[in-house]
Amino acid sequence: MKNNVVEQIIAFHDVDFSYNGEPVLENISIEIDRNDFVAILGPNGAGKTTLIMLLLGFLKPGKGTITILGKTPAKARKFIGYVPQYSIFDKDYPIHVIDIVKMNTLYANSLFPSYKKEVTEKAFSLLQKLEIRNLAYRNFYELSSGQKQRVLIARALINEPKILLLDEPTASVDVTMEKDIYDTLKVLNCNTTILLVTHDVGFVSAYVNKICCLNRFASMHSVAELTGKSLFDIYSENSKFLHHHCKL
Amino acid sequence: MSDFFSSIVNYTFLQNAIIAGILASIVCGITGTFVVVKKITFISGGIAHAVLGGVGIAYYLGIPPIIGAFVFAILSAIIIGLVKLKANQHENTVISALWAMGMAVGVIFMYLTPGYSADLLSYLFGNILMVSSTNLYILAGLNVFIILVVLIFYRQFVAITYDEEQARLRGLPVDFLYILLLCIIALTIVVLIQIVGIILVIALLSLPAAIAGLYTRTLHAMIFSAIGLGMILTLSGIAISFSANIPTGATIIIICGLAYLIAINLTRFIHRKN
Repeated sequence: MKNNVVEQIIAFHDVDFSYNGEPVLENISIEIDRNDFVAILGPNGAGKTTLIMLLLGFLKPGKGTITILGKTPAKARKFIGYVPQYSIFDKDYPIHVIDIVKMNTLYANSLFPSYKKEVTEKAFSLLQKLEIRNLAYRNFYELSSGQKQRVLIARALINEPKILLLDEPTASVDVTMEKDIYDTLKVLNCNTTILLVTHDVGFVSAYVNKICCLNRFASMHSVAELTGKSLFDIYSENSKFLHHHCKL
Repeated sequence: MSDFFSSIVNYTFLQNAIIAGILASIVCGITGTFVVVKKITFISGGIAHAVLGGVGIAYYLGIPPIIGAFVFAILSAIIIGLVKLKANQHENTVISALWAMGMAVGVIFMYLTPGYSADLLSYLFGNILMVSSTNLYILAGLNVFIILVVLIFYRQFVAITYDEEQARLRGLPVDFLYILLLCIIALTIVVLIQIVGIILVIALLSLPAAIAGLYTRTLHAMIFSAIGLGMILTLSGIAISFSANIPTGATIIIICGLAYLIAINLTRFIHRKN
């Protein structure tokens, strides 16, 4: 379908990682191309968080190399919009949604309290795009799980990242909201490469074009090759010793 | 109480006490807000108590105790900051150790100092009525410095206290900012110690901000509220302790504590009603 040359955005080459001698990831070789929408699936303890930390350059692989946009992860960080799980946020912190979004435009030399007018305008237009403009002056903890997720996506997008990396974006979100979030991501996918990490086999397969099954080892599947096989089969095949609960 | 107001005109020490109380409330509201939202009261307690070491050494060397307090506060802020950043485990143990060792050093040096050191109690429990005019200038200087640093780094402090991981991803100098924030806390502690003493300082640092946090929705509103509350609580503490002839520091802390308890229960009551 695509005539232009596929551009590789992320490449893991034979990556190993272990914590105190305990292998967490082994022989990971995966490639992600421009405008891919990839779900990284795996049960708890499969190494998903480690994979994220490697992508963000907070951890370094024991063996192998990771290249993002032709750079090391630490150098490519500024091109990644990271959306963490909203549950990590302190619910008592007094801050407005709009300020959370603007905060992600700070540089080391951003001094004194006020933001530039353009930043505020951009933040508002992102909230508008994600249909949460009316929540700009609400506090984060007053929002529903789906709204929180949108705020964090807006925060990640304000830097116009080339890659959007989401950690369990649909955790503890109901089915309608889950579909909503995936629909939003699908739209963003037009000009952003998206990676999301999840243990939820749900209906993510209807949206992504590649699935990476992770359980210490990784195997990449393009959704096109999944015909005749359910995602669940692929998932179980690739993670034989896995006991997970599928949330449906 | 009317006695208190008429005495203000006549007694310089009372005027000094009131000015010191106002200066303390300002920095206390600013810094205390960050201490409360970042939940670092324990670390702040460690810094405050280690300060006694500096006070003791200053006595022994015959230099002004506030200088000793200043040096030790900054040193312990830097050490505790590095421990927190570099040591993944046993962090609380290390902070407790520094906390106690600082105090032990202070006690030993005060013991070694010839003569009677009545001021030890003032440093432990505060004695606002002993604030000298020179100290007021130092407190004012510290106030200006703290306000300036927080103004300059305001957004960055918000970023590291709200989401440290994201701040790191943005390439902000998180470690530097964290230690700078601890140094600001250390300087605030030096100011507050004049009023309530080492042992009670944590309550004054955290309670006005904690009360403000119950009803404010942005960090700057929390700061301004905490400053206002701090002034009301501190000044009423000074007035009551003067009128009743009881220790000022302890009176201020009891008033802060009571205000916090009332505020918490009031918030619960309002929430239940809604």
